[in-house]
Amino acid sequence: MPIAKSFRAIGHRSVNAVWRIGLATRFFLLTLRYSGNGFRRFHLIIKELFSTGVMSLIIIVVAGLFVGMVLGLQGYETLKRYGSESALGVMVALGLVRELGPVVAALLFASRAGSAMTAEIGLMKATEQISAMEMMAVNPIARIVAPRFWAGVISMPLLAALFSAVGVFGGYFVGVVQIGVDEGSFWSQMQAAVDFREDILNGVIKSFVFGTAVTVIALFEGYDAPPTAEGVSGATTRTVVTSSLAILMLDFVLTAMMFGGK
Amino acid sequence: MERTTLDLWVGIFVVAGIAALVMLAMKVGNLSTYNVSETYQVHAYFTNIGGLKPKASIKSAGVLVGRVTGITLDTQRYEAKVTMSLDKRYQFPKDTFANILTSGLLGEQYIGLMPGGDEEMLKDGEQLKKTQSAVVLEDLIGKFLYNKAAEPAK
Amino acid sequence: MSAQNLVEIRDLNFSYDRRPVLEGINMNFPRGKLVAIMGLSGCGKTTLLRHIGGSLKPTRGYVKVDGQVLHELDQEGLYAMRRKMGMLFQFGALFTDMSVYDNVAFQMREHTDLPEELIHDLVLMKLHAVGLRGTHNLMPSELSGGMARRVALARTVALDPMLIMYDEPFAGLDPISLTVVGDLIRRLNDALGATSVVVTHDVQESLKIVDYVYFMAHGVIVAEGTPDQIRASDRDFVRQFVHGEMDGPVPFHYPGGDYRQDLNLRA
Repeated sequence: MPIAKSFRAIGHRSVNAVWRIGLATRFFLLTLRYSGNGFRRFHLIIKELFSTGVMSLIIIVVAGLFVGMVLGLQGYETLKRYGSESALGVMVALGLVRELGPVVAALLFASRAGSAMTAEIGLMKATEQISAMEMMAVNPIARIVAPRFWAGVISMPLLAALFSAVGVFGGYFVGVVQIGVDEGSFWSQMQAAVDFREDILNGVIKSFVFGTAVTVIALFEGYDAPPTAEGVSGATTRTVVTSSLAILMLDFVLTAMMFGGK
Repeated sequence: MERTTLDLWVGIFVVAGIAALVMLAMKVGNLSTYNVSETYQVHAYFTNIGGLKPKASIKSAGVLVGRVTGITLDTQRYEAKVTMSLDKRYQFPKDTFANILTSGLLGEQYIGLMPGGDEEMLKDGEQLKKTQSAVVLEDLIGKFLYNKAAEPAK
Repeated sequence: MSAQNLVEIRDLNFSYDRRPVLEGINMNFPRGKLVAIMGLSGCGKTTLLRHIGGSLKPTRGYVKVDGQVLHELDQEGLYAMRRKMGMLFQFGALFTDMSVYDNVAFQMREHTDLPEELIHDLVLMKLHAVGLRGTHNLMPSELSGGMARRVALARTVALDPMLIMYDEPFAGLDPISLTVVGDLIRRLNDALGATSVVVTHDVQESLKIVDYVYFMAHGVIVAEGTPDQIRASDRDFVRQFVHGEMDGPVPFHYPGGDYRQDLNLRA
């Protein structure tokens, strides 16, 4: 019966998906519960801040610069038709601070730092390092997972802010320096239109949520990976796919909550 | 990696991130114009506010002097009641004229204040009596067409 | 329970997905002794070791360590028990993101408040005991397989455990490393006054060093005895295993259908 078979396949996948979401939630709660130890020994978090934050700096800064430059160019082409080139600053800044900064930085973060986290933890599991730690009476969630989680949560808003800031300069460079939009109106209109609480703080909140989601997904996939080479590579791929989708879905939900109700 | 180099890099990263946030807040956003200085509240009634929104700026002679804090419909008069908070540094005469203006053709709407000649100054909680509503584009076009139709054909 | 036994296993049963892996295991590990569990790959040796470490809960029966039934302990009790245990994993399982020094110092830093100078001396002593004091600045990736195993051994005994478990300590070692590791296992056991369990399929190397041997096949104990008894045993399975014969109770061919039929030949 091919129909029954495909229904069964759908059912199996749905049950599996719900099951994994439950496991991931439990994993997240355990991470929070065992986080105290990580804060008492802050150097563990600092070490992870290096591998998640500092190592993502270059890709974030370069990508931010180019995204800002493209925004400047495209924005100018569009605004020129309505004779409002002076609003270029507004367009670049709002686009970056509200959407592109948090979202693109999080997508880059997922593929740079998230995949590395999954691979690292998956390999630790495959080479029995996690079992060894458990046998040494050290809780691996407290010692390995929690510091990485907090490093991710701290890095993400900072990276997104850097992305937006560099992007604004990219837009300034193309718009003002190269095309010759008036510098004064570029900045003043931007400042008049971008609200600190409404736009910048909401952007920070977004990147905070994305950082949490990406890190939890990456850590969970690594911790849950089958302890084989295929298992780890599959988990790494899943981290990038799942967290990218999660970022975009969460972005819609958050945008609707923040800006949609008016 | 050496512990100190690690600390140094993480330090640079965190400082750069925070600097970016501050730069966004001050240079890109309007945190620098958020006046922590004291304000006083006044309100005014408009027959139509058009597209005016809370937090819209209030300017006098082009200078930002305050922000719209609330917009409600007064069901006694069926007019829009707009409350504004103005910077204490800027005092206005009692007969100041409040005008809803648009910055540019498609820009945001804001309130322009034109000071009158009264000796007495506005106090906290008082009302701006003289107002002019927003120009609604549809009305303008309607009027224009009506006038056109009324013109004798050449 | 006799005070002479550090570990006692009684009627241990364990099933995985309703497939029995261990059936009715009874074992004693007397204090101070070095005991080997031998058997073919997949006979349940490693599963048994995980029960002694408390990572798996038995379906029936119990494992008692130092007078306490492991599966009745809560997580804190289990962790307290594990501080008195050490386990050497098959390929060492050194933490790849830490240097050799930090690996050996790991438990001292996690579980004690010892000052760093004291930890430094202790780490170098442990590394000296396995002959690798000179490697403390290296990363695990810079070590050979045999050296990594010895560093892992130093890490295992970092807190002087009363029970040391070895999961295939001889797997994948060259003949020299093999002798070195075997000799270290014996010496560390005697020097620390610990009790050791070695899970292995390396018969010749382990018979040289252990005090007692359990033979397992398909989840049950098929033979036990001192090394001399085992060598002299005339049971088919033990003889085949000890002498590495190709055919015997353990067949060369995996059970399959009729050979001629599989090849589509007609009789």
